[in-house]
Amino acid sequence: MYKYDQYDQQMVDTRVAEFRDQVRRRLDGALTEDQFRPLRLQNGLYLQLHAYMLRVAIPYGTLDSRQMTKLGDIADRYDRGYGHFTTRQNIQYNWIKLEETPDLLAELASVEMHAIQTSGNCIRNISSDQYAGAAADEIVDPRPYAELLRQWSSFHPEFLNLPRKFKIAVIASDTDRAAMKLHDIGMQIVRNAAGEIGARFFVGGGMGRTPMIAPMIREFVPLDQFITYSEACLRVYNRCGRRDNKYKARIKILVHELGKEEYTRQVEEEFAHLLQQGIEPPLAEIERIKTFFVDPPFEAGASDELDLSDPDFRLWVERNCHAHKAPGYIIATVSLKPAGGIPGDATSDQIRLMAQLAKEYSFDELRVTHAQNIVFPHVRKADLYTLWKALDAADLGTANLDTVGDIIACPGLDYCSLANARSIPVAQKISERFGSAEKQAEIGELKLKISGCINACGHHHAGHIGILGVDRKGVENYQLLLGGCEGADTSLGQITGPGFDENGIVDAVETATQVYLAYRQEGERFLDTYRRIGMAPFKEALYG
Amino acid sequence: MVEVQFRFRDDEVVGDPALMVDAFLTQTNATAVHIEPGDDARALLPFLDGLQLIEVSFPSWTDGRGYSSARVLREAGYTGELRAVGDVVIDMLSHLRRCGFDAFAPEHGLNEADAQAAFKRWDNVYQATGDDRSPIWAKRHG
Repeated sequence: MYKYDQYDQQMVDTRVAEFRDQVRRRLDGALTEDQFRPLRLQNGLYLQLHAYMLRVAIPYGTLDSRQMTKLGDIADRYDRGYGHFTTRQNIQYNWIKLEETPDLLAELASVEMHAIQTSGNCIRNISSDQYAGAAADEIVDPRPYAELLRQWSSFHPEFLNLPRKFKIAVIASDTDRAAMKLHDIGMQIVRNAAGEIGARFFVGGGMGRTPMIAPMIREFVPLDQFITYSEACLRVYNRCGRRDNKYKARIKILVHELGKEEYTRQVEEEFAHLLQQGIEPPLAEIERIKTFFVDPPFEAGASDELDLSDPDFRLWVERNCHAHKAPGYIIATVSLKPAGGIPGDATSDQIRLMAQLAKEYSFDELRVTHAQNIVFPHVRKADLYTLWKALDAADLGTANLDTVGDIIACPGLDYCSLANARSIPVAQKISERFGSAEKQAEIGELKLKISGCINACGHHHAGHIGILGVDRKGVENYQLLLGGCEGADTSLGQITGPGFDENGIVDAVETATQVYLAYRQEGERFLDTYRRIGMAPFKEALYG
Repeated sequence: MVEVQFRFRDDEVVGDPALMVDAFLTQTNATAVHIEPGDDARALLPFLDGLQLIEVSFPSWTDGRGYSSARVLREAGYTGELRAVGDVVIDMLSHLRRCGFDAFAPEHGLNEADAQAAFKRWDNVYQATGDDRSPIWAKRHG
């Protein structure tokens, strides 16, 4: 875990003071709401349908028990006793009072946390692989590079007023667990033929109205140049990105309109120029950061034995656990998607319980996933049953990771002022319809993602099944998409045809799963069958 | 003409009217030029030696192109006055300074005490941006 030094601490403390001053000027009328809006957004504070919403940054989704406990306490003190974990590995509180926000931020700063740039047209929270430092398939831990990017992007004076928001993900394995190619910049840390570590750059991916998969613009950027290269990518975007139409302002549109070759040419030209400017931190800085991400003291010779005689536990291990790089250890994911629940929500008691359990059983470390779940990255197999019992007693033992019940959903019209339709009730109905363990086991891996509007915060383009809520003449209507996927084989979902009403979309999802079950061949997931047989049989069953 | 409210230079204020970039490119002996957000600051690079004032316009402070224009000019060695004009707000003052601006002419005068506090807000910075400030990584590693 990264620890702040005096400088990092001073930066977040200064931000609290700055924001306190901005709130004072807003409350005494020196700032109008129009003037205040971009300022509060750069601090993650939205004005939603019913109240202010605050988005707190969890850099690359990693936090310790002290921080997690604080998130629970904040939910009690400033909200209504719960928080909502988001698809950017952050947490949101939905019932915040403006005048209390500076104190809330000061509490966050006391545990090395903040809400800096969690919204607004700037570089947002850097996301990463939730299994970083624990998975066997990564070449290095990507988080030191994410932390270096966090520092570089925080209050970067040139890039605080970009054409539009800007999202960066960093991974270090071929298995992409962070939807890297659907980011404004996706970086994959790789090793070149000479054995050196560097970064592969993908630029111009995204979801929203114009979903695009980021093309690779550079195979290998040496590690002592990767901040400079990032700065070149951003400068070309800041200077040339469209500002005449907010729906065409993301970097994906610039890369698309210029063409990958021309965008790359301009970046390379800027890069050559910036290399002369001395803006790159020394390698000693990345080495310093790396020391915070060394392996915890795994017990040598820890047993790989797991007693799976409890069938519910067995199911949870099979569904929610992932292989760890250290013998005798395992990665466990807590599903925040109980049947009928609100995806990503946790109560303050659940948040504090997870904190306490992480301290006891996971070397004091937790991760938030972009699928809105919580990971215990380093659990000794000998402790796994005890951990699961404690989680299960708090309604945190649901065994449905990556199944149809593990739904990603945006807050939708229940909270969000941009949404056209509600997402949460649809997610709840689907998770109830498919709530039984037998049904989920029969269907297997099926990633279902719901957005309440075309901005795609619920990643519907990347769902094996995607659902997009739209407003049709004042009535909520839900489009169905099939075949989306994030990861190494990223693809974008295709709309099946006319939309459905709220109950109709739940039926439509069931129909799609029935087509899959009827057509699937040995070993095929829903996505594999769809890719093999195409849209036609699904269309026939849905509309025929 | 809008008054310069804050200036971090000791030389005389340039009183010449600033030409628009297109006009300047036909009048390159002029000493003052005015850049709008859509203008390419790089068009001025051959003429920087003769320029004493470059005004960068912010029709809205949330249009960030002027920040890149400033850095492009400073990185190319421009040492004359770089003046931010238009919708210049308190909360961007220190960031504008970091990008190379050394004069500020807000269309609506700013509260003096709030502005001075804003200029001094950040004791430390994370990036090297070509100004004279030492980034945190440099302080960490001597």
